Amino acid sequence: MLRRLLDGVAPRFHKGGSLERFYPLYEAVDTFLYTPGMVTEGPSHVRDAIDLKRIMSLVVVSLLGTVAMAIYNTGLQAHRAIEAGAAPRDTWQTQAMEWLGLSFASGDLVACLVHGALYFVPVLLTTYTVGGLWEGLFAQVRRHELNEGFLVTGLLIPLTLPAGIPLWQVALGTSFGVVIGKEIFGGTGMNILNPALTARAFLFFAYPAEMSGNIWVAAGVADGVTGATLLAGASEQGMAALADVSWWDAFLGFVPGSMGETSALACLLGAVLLVVTGIGSWRVMLGVAIGTVAAAALLNGVGSVTNPYFAVPFWWHMVLGGWAFGTVYMATDPVTAAQTDTGRWVFGALVGVLTVLIRVINPAYPEGMMLAILFMNVFAPTIDFFVVRANVERRRRRVSLP
Amino acid sequence: MEHYLSIAMTAIFVENLALAFFLGMCSFLAVSKQVETAIGLGFAVLVVQTITVPLNNLIFQYLLKEGALAWISPALASYDLTFLGFLTYIGTIAAVVQVVEMTLDRHVPALYTTLGIFLPLIAVNCAILGGSLFMVERSYTLAESVVYGLSSGAGWALAIVALAAIRERMRYSNVPAGLRGLGITFIIAGLMAIGFMAFAGIQL
Repeated sequence: MLRRLLDGVAPRFHKGGSLERFYPLYEAVDTFLYTPGMVTEGPSHVRDAIDLKRIMSLVVVSLLGTVAMAIYNTGLQAHRAIEAGAAPRDTWQTQAMEWLGLSFASGDLVACLVHGALYFVPVLLTTYTVGGLWEGLFAQVRRHELNEGFLVTGLLIPLTLPAGIPLWQVALGTSFGVVIGKEIFGGTGMNILNPALTARAFLFFAYPAEMSGNIWVAAGVADGVTGATLLAGASEQGMAALADVSWWDAFLGFVPGSMGETSALACLLGAVLLVVTGIGSWRVMLGVAIGTVAAAALLNGVGSVTNPYFAVPFWWHMVLGGWAFGTVYMATDPVTAAQTDTGRWVFGALVGVLTVLIRVINPAYPEGMMLAILFMNVFAPTIDFFVVRANVERRRRRVSLP
Repeated sequence: MEHYLSIAMTAIFVENLALAFFLGMCSFLAVSKQVETAIGLGFAVLVVQTITVPLNNLIFQYLLKEGALAWISPALASYDLTFLGFLTYIGTIAAVVQVVEMTLDRHVPALYTTLGIFLPLIAVNCAILGGSLFMVERSYTLAESVVYGLSSGAGWALAIVALAAIRERMRYSNVPAGLRGLGITFIIAGLMAIGFMAFAGIQL
């Protein structure tokens, strides 16, 4: 039925049709739903069953677990805070919950899901609407095809944001990430910084007050209940802050934090899918893990009297904050990471080392994942350059030896 | 030792001359089209910076600072020549650049030709003068100024090499016509500065 509908309107969009100007829009819908009917002609093309659209769709699939956890955990954290004595926020979300007659109990699975969705879905809709508008505008004006890359970017952005963020900030951050981070470079595949991270960093630096503090939990804060993330606690008190939280809770994701970042398990499942399908680079992921272990071990060994954060071991670093999410979905971005195999190892390891260093040494930022990846995005082309040059040198020597 | 390490790390990452202070922008933007050339210019800045900052430090300590002339004769102890600072530093820098230029011309003619006009331009590169002025402002000792000169030059070199590598990769990008060339380079420099914000606020 859809096929017939699309075919029916097709002539209007092709050359000479009345709606020729909007061909990019038609093309996007058509090829997103169906594999293109055009066949590669001529012998010189490399053919592969997987193209950009399938890659992006698979990444979206691998993100589904994280999305589910994001929705559930946002509700769960709010309900836990409310049970501990906090007042529900005075927002339309709370009114909607009351209108639906749902309880604020943390054991109530459905209520948690609905409450979480009431926070997550508007943010997601905002990124998709705003980002989609920019994408469409650029595709129209610059006459390139609308690209599925945005489906991923638009899904990544809300997952890195706290639950209580105002929607206008989401719109502003998305605009910056999509336009400055990607579109002015020519669109998907041509950018230098990860657009989702650019958006997150923009919000982080532009609205520091709104991006930290008690917005992590979608409820008011009561005495004795802290709405801050484990990372913020760890940066102030070190292991003492982590004493009454079990590692498994942090691994499964039942802790406060950015909406999609809390569950290392969901990210791990996504990582398996990405590695098996060959989309995410296992070299980058393993490199990040190795770098984190090395840097954390070093800092544990050095120790510090004044900074208790030094003592946090690597298995905690890996479940706190955005480590898992960043490793799996942000660092492995095939466009902005290093593109040579050796380069990927170096890139990953440096991301891991920098993450721990920024977290521990920089008092301004308890979280270092996002900034470490952005920083290494800047240096990824440099790493590639030296890897390629070393290769060329080695081969030249091999030729001239005998 | 730790103290010098912290000066070095601060100068390279936290207070990078190019990406935190935006000094030396003209050559930073203009000579970053190819990595090879960028490495050459970065190295030249590194060398010049490592020589001029300690040299200016000596000049400041023993000639310009208030009461610095006392070592010649006690009668001169009342003089304060700091107002000659700018003039002297620039003079030193110009002289050192001249020497570096002649050395390169004699020994590495290939690099000399690629750097072209930008080598003499190092003489008026604000990153170099900035380095000397920061040295005076923070009253570094001679040893500290050696470390600072070396590492601030290295930070600038690192930044220009990274920018050049990015611009080489950008060959495949499809930048809007109006932004091609310098426009997009300014934006890239800004985005790189966001990356360097990772280190902002570190107290070593």
